[in-house]
Amino acid sequence: MNQSAQPIILARDLGIDIDGRPVLWNIDLSVQPGSFVGIIGPNGAGKTTLLRVLLGLIPVTHGTVSVFGRPPSDLGGRAREIGYVPQRPNFDPRFPVSVRDVVMMGCSASLGLLRSPRRADWEHVDTLIERVGLAGKHASRIGELSGGEQQRAFLARALCGRTRLLLLDEATTGLDLPAQHELYALLHRLRHEMNLTVLAVSHDLLELSGHADELACINGTTHIHGKPHTVLHSHELREAYRCEFDFLSKEATAEGTRR
Amino acid sequence: MIDALSYGFMQRALLAGVLVGLLCGVLGFFVVLKRLSFIGVGISHSALGGIALGVLLGIEPLFAAAVFSTAIAWAIGWLTRSGRLHEDTAIGILFSASMALGVALISLSKSYQVDLFGYLFGNILAVSPADLWLLSGIAFVVLALVGLLFKELLFIAFDEEVARASGLAVTRLYLLLLTCLALAVIAAIRVVGLVLVEALLVIPAAIGYQLTRGYRSMLLVSVASAVLAALAGLWISYAFDIAAGATIVLVLAAGFFVALAIARPLHRERART
Repeated sequence: MNQSAQPIILARDLGIDIDGRPVLWNIDLSVQPGSFVGIIGPNGAGKTTLLRVLLGLIPVTHGTVSVFGRPPSDLGGRAREIGYVPQRPNFDPRFPVSVRDVVMMGCSASLGLLRSPRRADWEHVDTLIERVGLAGKHASRIGELSGGEQQRAFLARALCGRTRLLLLDEATTGLDLPAQHELYALLHRLRHEMNLTVLAVSHDLLELSGHADELACINGTTHIHGKPHTVLHSHELREAYRCEFDFLSKEATAEGTRR
Repeated sequence: MIDALSYGFMQRALLAGVLVGLLCGVLGFFVVLKRLSFIGVGISHSALGGIALGVLLGIEPLFAAAVFSTAIAWAIGWLTRSGRLHEDTAIGILFSASMALGVALISLSKSYQVDLFGYLFGNILAVSPADLWLLSGIAFVVLALVGLLFKELLFIAFDEEVARASGLAVTRLYLLLLTCLALAVIAAIRVVGLVLVEALLVIPAAIGYQLTRGYRSMLLVSVASAVLAALAGLWISYAFDIAAGATIVLVLAAGFFVALAIARPLHRERART
């Protein structure tokens, strides 16, 4: 992680109102190139809203935010450098697309309008499918994969363009523990291999704290942003969740912070 | 039937059936996958308002209906996308208001009653050379647009949120799809009428959805079913002197139930292998 480089994401005093109601306020966030930052917070804290702001899907009401040095709504071609893995999408399991087709969708924007995929594009897709551990599943219908395999396919889709920044929204929700571990391990490997910056939103702070370089805890506003160990033991975390974490035993913390 | 092909009206009817089958088979693919069938109903029924306006203003009724239905399709899209109304509510309001406008305007013109039946239930045997030109033009433009933007439209049908996040102009593409839908409805009115046009948009693609696993084969089956049903319906209607539009729809419905019966064992077989 290069601390002196210009941040990939920079938010200063960011505020978002939706239908006249403040959802986020005084958000400060800085994400350095190559880092893995976890966004944690209770339900309704505005974590997904923050991701949607970074994707340019929600306009900024107050303050400033930049991604790759530009406002998210004005990223132009740089939008293709952002990969997005949403919460497990509620798609029709009989939707007639294969894993290859789904991953190729991620290349749509970088291919450009009116251009059909060529042999090299399909080869790139096949390589990505193998990199996320889905070799042999290229032709499987997406709805026939397990939840963990589907998330791998969606991860490959998010990497299909010229991705440098990966945004994940509760990507492990609904997965069993081994599948969660496998997805995070895969994320770690890809992050180093592909020189990615990762911003992951999760309500599972123990799981995320075991994998992220930094955690930012928000509940409407930024309560604390720092190293996982510091955040987990902070007064601000308890304030954000409005409860005491008695379940955070030394063992759990040690497990959570293990790399 | 072979003798009948020597008649100009029959040749035009066959060509119209093939073109409309092709058009609706392709657009129906997105109607079924993006779950736009209720929008299809709304757009097709709203065409009555446009037809009545055309008659009253002395404009070609199908041209007026094309403009009117496109405007209604955009209004549904805008009301829904801006979060002002749920999609089904917006369709319910605009569809009934447009039909009411059509009926009110038609009631002002007493001499219009006979032609109205043709617009409501179709009259493929009355397709004129001018209608055929209009249909060919619509088919060319719509199929070219859908062909060029196919990968983007498929992405939107599968996962609209991620398509938007990846930088695609989702709202514009969605409105373009609705426009194509409105134009296809106008093209199909001569063949099956505005009351039954929805069948051509939904049933062929539903047959493809039942029988196939990949989108390419679904598209192929959808187009083939629509074209074959148009041709078979026309032949049956000629042979037994039944209304052509209704016969085409009944052939499609029969095809769908056959596909449904075949699909269950087919899926079980695939699950085993």
